Amino acid sequence: MVTLSACGSSGSADGSGGDSKTVTLVSHNSWAASKSVISAFEKESGYTVKVLEDGDAGQAVNKAILTKDNPQGDVFFGVDNTLLSRALDNGLFQPYEAKGLDQVGAQYQLDKDKHRVTPIDYGDICVNYDKKYFADHKLTPPASFDDLVKPAYKNLLVTENASTSSPGLGFLLGTAAKYGDSGWPDYWKKLKANGVKVVDGWEQAYNQEFSGSAGGKKAKGERPLVVSYASSPPAEVIYADPKPKTAPTGVATGTCFRQIEFAGLLSNAHNTKGGKAFIDFLISKRFQEDMPLNMYVYPVVEGAKVPAEFTAYGPAAKDPETMAPAKVAANRDQWVKSWTSLVLK
Amino acid sequence: MDVARTEVGPGAEAEPGAEVKPGAEAKPRALTKVSRGSATRLGLMALPVAFFAVFFAYPVAAIVARGLHVDGVWRLGRVADVLAQSDIRHVLWFTTWQALASTALTLLVALPGAYVFARYDFPGKQVLRAVVTVPFVLPTVVVGTAFLALVGRGGLLDDLWGIRLDTTVWAILLAHVFFNYAVVVRTVGGLWAQLDPRQEEAARVLGASRFTAWRTVTLPALSPAVAAAALMVFLFTFTSFGVVQILGGPTFSTLEVEIYRQTSEIFDLSTAAVLTIVQFLAVGAILVVHAWTVRRRESALRLVDASLTARRPRGAGQWALLGSVLATVAALLVLPLAVLVQRSLDAPGFAYYKALTHDGGGIFLVPPIDAIGNSLRYAVAATLIAVLIGSLAAAALARRDAGRLVRGFDALLMLPLGVSAVTVGFGFLISLDKPPLDLRGSWFLVPLAQALVGAPFVVRTMLPVLRAVDERLREAAAVLGASPWRVWREVDLPIVRRALLIAAGFAFAVSLGEFGATVFIARPDNPTLPVAVARLLGRPGDLNYGQAMALSTILMVVCAVALLVLERLRTDRTGEF
Repeated sequence: MVTLSACGSSGSADGSGGDSKTVTLVSHNSWAASKSVISAFEKESGYTVKVLEDGDAGQAVNKAILTKDNPQGDVFFGVDNTLLSRALDNGLFQPYEAKGLDQVGAQYQLDKDKHRVTPIDYGDICVNYDKKYFADHKLTPPASFDDLVKPAYKNLLVTENASTSSPGLGFLLGTAAKYGDSGWPDYWKKLKANGVKVVDGWEQAYNQEFSGSAGGKKAKGERPLVVSYASSPPAEVIYADPKPKTAPTGVATGTCFRQIEFAGLLSNAHNTKGGKAFIDFLISKRFQEDMPLNMYVYPVVEGAKVPAEFTAYGPAAKDPETMAPAKVAANRDQWVKSWTSLVLK
Repeated sequence: MDVARTEVGPGAEAEPGAEVKPGAEAKPRALTKVSRGSATRLGLMALPVAFFAVFFAYPVAAIVARGLHVDGVWRLGRVADVLAQSDIRHVLWFTTWQALASTALTLLVALPGAYVFARYDFPGKQVLRAVVTVPFVLPTVVVGTAFLALVGRGGLLDDLWGIRLDTTVWAILLAHVFFNYAVVVRTVGGLWAQLDPRQEEAARVLGASRFTAWRTVTLPALSPAVAAAALMVFLFTFTSFGVVQILGGPTFSTLEVEIYRQTSEIFDLSTAAVLTIVQFLAVGAILVVHAWTVRRRESALRLVDASLTARRPRGAGQWALLGSVLATVAALLVLPLAVLVQRSLDAPGFAYYKALTHDGGGIFLVPPIDAIGNSLRYAVAATLIAVLIGSLAAAALARRDAGRLVRGFDALLMLPLGVSAVTVGFGFLISLDKPPLDLRGSWFLVPLAQALVGAPFVVRTMLPVLRAVDERLREAAAVLGASPWRVWREVDLPIVRRALLIAAGFAFAVSLGEFGATVFIARPDNPTLPVAVARLLGRPGDLNYGQAMALSTILMVVCAVALLVLERLRTDRTGEF
């Protein structure tokens, strides 16, 4: 009895109440920021930041939609262009034009008329390759989607299940953007004939199957090509001890699909004022420059410095594929269904 | 070693002749006794019922209703729609047959182990029994990775015979054996150890062959325990999630995986709701059968102290059996765990362990090592709740006047083990969102969710012990004027103290390893060990991978130590865990 009543009271005192001194951020579990940067915001604004992580990207969006009448927080960060329409159609956000938005490139502003969401970062989903494998086999690494179906690369690629993994879905959307609504199934038939392997999640693909990653080397991974992120090679350098001179992996820059992540003020936020201040902070230079090494994404604000490791080890995609959120929303479920029966069965 | 035990053995009071017939002399007081009894029972039940109603039934009902009650109309037609889909039927079929196959394989591999642990004495037995239980309480995210090293490419089987089982159904089945070996060893072996070998010897003296003696004496006594263990393994494999996700590849999907996919990825709540109901009914049916076999098992058996039945193996045959069981345990259970340790040490100077003390570049806002403190704190809170709820429920269920309805509650208490974490997690979100129950942002939600999983183990451990307490002791104390509280303190508590400690220890270990529900609600400034491991595994780079292995090793050691302490406390009763 004592424990239960104690939990009730601590819950309401500590819960996502309407305390105007606290601003609560709801995000997915890839959210990360330096403590010093958050404390600087807290000091300047007078708000205390509370973060709630709500599972992977898709889960977090779904949970936010479920709870939109009585949201868990004030700001949601982490809805990307593949899920944006689901969030907007469900009325998850209220409009707010962030201060400093003029510094954000127009190509990232996918809701620029209504300002229900603010672009915060972008990242590219691309095929990564194991440099050592291709050097040992005197083979040029693939550079484009077209290359991946060539016989030289037979049985080399591992990708993720498009229905359960966000890079897996991104890669599917990349091929759909490249080959068109009717052309992508043919491309995947060729990819399947060329021995593409599909596993459920990024962890398995990258840490188990891919021969170029640190985890994959230990697991004796056999596939030298994997669908991952353009920022994975820098991570292989930064999280290595001793740090190698060059990244062990590279990016096939013609296989990329661009993901843009947004933040928005939740519709029934308790602390709208604090939420607005926090969104402003998210596109401030201080946060934008802190972000890359924490979340392995690129800043959207012009002039925000990208860490040297990123430019040295992770070349940006030349001309990434993109797709309008409304088009993704209209086709996603059907495509994933066709993809499943085409590739997995 | 265990002096108190023989007094409380069910054998002591379960002899048919010795039983005091309740109605024989209590007639005049019957009325008052019954009403007082049911009042006590209701009192004991109140808190567990309220707990499960608020933190389990209500959230689950809320999310199911959200899926099927759209715009004020019940969409019950969805049930037929969903079940008519061929991929859904495929999922149902796969779920069922892999669970059957896993259960059969687990029994096949683990029953010899149960026998050896029950009847043979060998050095290191206690440690080994703790070790084989470690997989059961470890999160699948940790072990799936290590298990791949056994059956995946470059694994032991690959090196020796070129056999690779990753992404085949064999990997799933073997991993299920790995995870559930302990269920059979503990449930069946626990009872086997207490069966009096003299009964079988007596049959042989009377001329029965060795096999006939075993078949007619030991097997019937053992079969309810085997059935109970099989049903438990079936339940855990029927609802398998992590193993199937990690080892099965995208072509295999259990009901639980499909519920997760429909809820979390596709956001088709009505399909998820239908599947939740299907799983609910299936699990309910399994549990009802299980409760029935458990009750059968608690019926009269002549039990003796386990320490008297185990002895050193004699003769080549017995040594060979012991050897082959130990070899199986080494290859199937110890090896995957050893791979984790090896990989955590795969950098000079304990570099991965040292890295755990640094603030990992903002991934957690805290050094990963803090996850140990968080995990322990959460687990202590979860254990307190689980023990309180579980032992009250067990006390109510153990009462002789417990009617059919109450006995049904016995099965219901196990339901949280069979309902998907994603359903409970989403349910929490939409139901526990208003004061005084706005717990969504509270740290307390983690121990509450973990207690839901821990409480069934407490009930299962306590119930047989409480049922075995001689009612006459309680009655005698009451006649002499003791209050119900005093009766509990003076009669029940001394007898159940050890069982209580074991239950607490098991709930503690289960809470430490709980992942599914925790990952939904753990906060980034307070990650638990399994959550921290999953997050580190989710990032590229050697140091992150190494730290994940180091944290997994720490989690494994903490669980092993907790289980080793339990081994010392074990009462060797017929409790399952």
